[in-house]
Amino acid sequence: MRARIRHIDRRLHLQDGPIDLIVEAFGEAEIAYQAAAERFVTILDELCAELPLLRAGVLPPEGIVARRMWDAVQPFARDIFITPMAAVAGAVAEEVLRAMSAAASLQRAYVNNGGDIAIFLAPGESLRIGMVDRPDTPSMFGSLFLTADQPVRGIATSGWRGRSFSLGIADAVTVLADTASMADAAATIIANAVDLPGHAAIGRRPARDLAPDNDLGARLVTVAVGDLSAEEIDRALMRGCRMAERCLERGLIRAAALHLGGQTRQVESVPQIQAA
Amino acid sequence: MADPDLVRCDACPVTCYIKPGRAGACDRYANEDGKLVRVDPLVVLEHTIEAGEKVVPFLGRNTEWNGEIVKSPSTFVTAIGAGTTYPDYKPAPFIVSSKVDGVDTVTVVTEGIFSYCGVKVKIDTDRHLGPERNLVRVEGEPVGHVTTGEYGSQMLSLGGVNHLTHGGKKEGRVTCDALLRLCNGEAVEMVVDEGATAIIQAGKPPIINGKMEERMRVGCGSATIGMFAKQWYGKVDEVVVVDDHITGVLSEHQAGKVLGAEDTGIKIRGRKSTPGRYFHVAEPGFGWGGTNVMDPLEIVTGFDPKHAKPGLRMLMVSTTGEQHAYYELDENLRPVEKELPANLRESVDRIAENCEPALSTVLFMAGAGGSLRAGVTENPVRLTRSVRQAITRVTAGGAPVYVWPGGGITYMVDVTLLPERAFGYVPTPALVAPIEFTLKLEDYAALGGHVDHVRPVDEVLKDSALRQVRAASKGAA
Repeated sequence: MRARIRHIDRRLHLQDGPIDLIVEAFGEAEIAYQAAAERFVTILDELCAELPLLRAGVLPPEGIVARRMWDAVQPFARDIFITPMAAVAGAVAEEVLRAMSAAASLQRAYVNNGGDIAIFLAPGESLRIGMVDRPDTPSMFGSLFLTADQPVRGIATSGWRGRSFSLGIADAVTVLADTASMADAAATIIANAVDLPGHAAIGRRPARDLAPDNDLGARLVTVAVGDLSAEEIDRALMRGCRMAERCLERGLIRAAALHLGGQTRQVESVPQIQAA
Repeated sequence: MADPDLVRCDACPVTCYIKPGRAGACDRYANEDGKLVRVDPLVVLEHTIEAGEKVVPFLGRNTEWNGEIVKSPSTFVTAIGAGTTYPDYKPAPFIVSSKVDGVDTVTVVTEGIFSYCGVKVKIDTDRHLGPERNLVRVEGEPVGHVTTGEYGSQMLSLGGVNHLTHGGKKEGRVTCDALLRLCNGEAVEMVVDEGATAIIQAGKPPIINGKMEERMRVGCGSATIGMFAKQWYGKVDEVVVVDDHITGVLSEHQAGKVLGAEDTGIKIRGRKSTPGRYFHVAEPGFGWGGTNVMDPLEIVTGFDPKHAKPGLRMLMVSTTGEQHAYYELDENLRPVEKELPANLRESVDRIAENCEPALSTVLFMAGAGGSLRAGVTENPVRLTRSVRQAITRVTAGGAPVYVWPGGGITYMVDVTLLPERAFGYVPTPALVAPIEFTLKLEDYAALGGHVDHVRPVDEVLKDSALRQVRAASKGAA
């Protein structure tokens, strides 16, 4: 048993290999935590059993979480390069949340997998969520008030400064979607789209030079972003916004907030994100 | 994969290939100059001291190496946060070397997952918690039982493999949670079948049926007579110290006789053991001195007119001084309660003053079994033997442990001596507790230790500091 299970205040911390979850439940919390822990302990092994398949992204995998990852990236996979790994964090959060809500009667609950969050809300319940513009130096730029009658149950953030590699230059792109795995996949795609191809101030390196077994292979990932003019920032954000709008039109996401160089753009059907 | 400095991490099944200067998908392991190092912090006692938390002092009493782990400058790497590689087919997470008075020593630091574990709880009270062998329940689930009482204390044995894994699923979960909370110093409410409801917290007074126990009795009823006879003699004709174990009677007791106390003709219920000492004056309960007696006169069946006289003065008191009453005999030799005279009040207060504060104390007890030992040495039985021969010292989160004689490495430790939040759990269910083995480097080599995994303490401490190493995450996960 590698997995670590710890209580922090009234929250639960689950960690196994690269997976770090902060879990909080309201209602039958203890039953939910037990269910979360029991489900959690095998997830990494399940994923690793199909890791080569998931990194390649060519054939569908078998596992529940792996399938969720696969399904989340399919709407994008025809047009753009993406592997199921883009949705791993959201899919894991979603699966642990599913186990909790199936076992316990809950008012609300969330599973936060390093900023990719799966949310449960019973009818009439709501949740306030703070949002940060740069994952490496978190400061709140806004907040989000989710109510049960809204369809949003997943939030994810992606950007080159975060834990994962990005093909784009966004400091952070936060996406609201109906599921955490979809939010995760879409945030990755939109953050990749925030870009200034060929710009001299942007440092890029092949992903495999940094992490040999990364799913991005020889693709260039962002390692530095130099000074950009306001016009350049606007141009890069507009590219991302167009991608976000396409996702919105296809009904894949509910809202997105894009950040670069201190500027923010929001793309949403109905206003959801409030300034801090 | 041509890079010779590439490291393949085997800490988890992702098995990242890590480039020099970078971390794996988890941000916990990194490649430093071709070596796999851990970059997230261990709990190091030096840090604990800074945080003002309670630590166990490792005081050097002599110059010889006495099993201390690291003397200079009071740094002790504990297993808390070390993680575990269960099943330990590979070396324990940390094997640390240092020089202690010129002797190379090794500490193997790991966190054990104990399915064979439990706690022994000592509750300083005379109050009857429930019949011996009766089940102790938390949230209605059996988590242990009342075991043999000890001096001035009731004892509970909680946890163990039968409740953790051999009972129902809920039983295991509740047991594991109760043990975890007790070990981490939290309060746990428990109910004894046909007995009391108790709130138990390590190092705190027990709360029994909603009442906080303040004092542990000064001694049994007979001992109390012995201790205070001189202070009573001359001020009162008779003293009865009511106690569920041995009720003492001053006029009959050896201590009273020596002083010249005269017979009072008192007749006490129960079974006379030796003069002035009575067993079983009542049933156990929540009344006077751990009996079920609410009115102490219940245990006095009468006075023999041959010796008793009207006006005879009698003090009745419990072993903690908490309950007391003063009587004088009327013309029919019936005791009538009167106000306690000031000179007797003093002696009652003195009993209370001599009582130690009542506490609940919790000893964690566990057996370090098969695979944990394999993380320490390739030849697990030799570890057991070396512990047995006192070549290897065992500690838990830096706290001294008692290793039970006989087979295996079964140890006990006072949970209040460990740094806070030292215990965790896995849903097996089983508890996770830190355990360290310390021995001389040469002894470690002799017992088949993973000598090639030994790292100097400075290096571990260096790695323990939080460092910025950029991660390769999603792709590698």
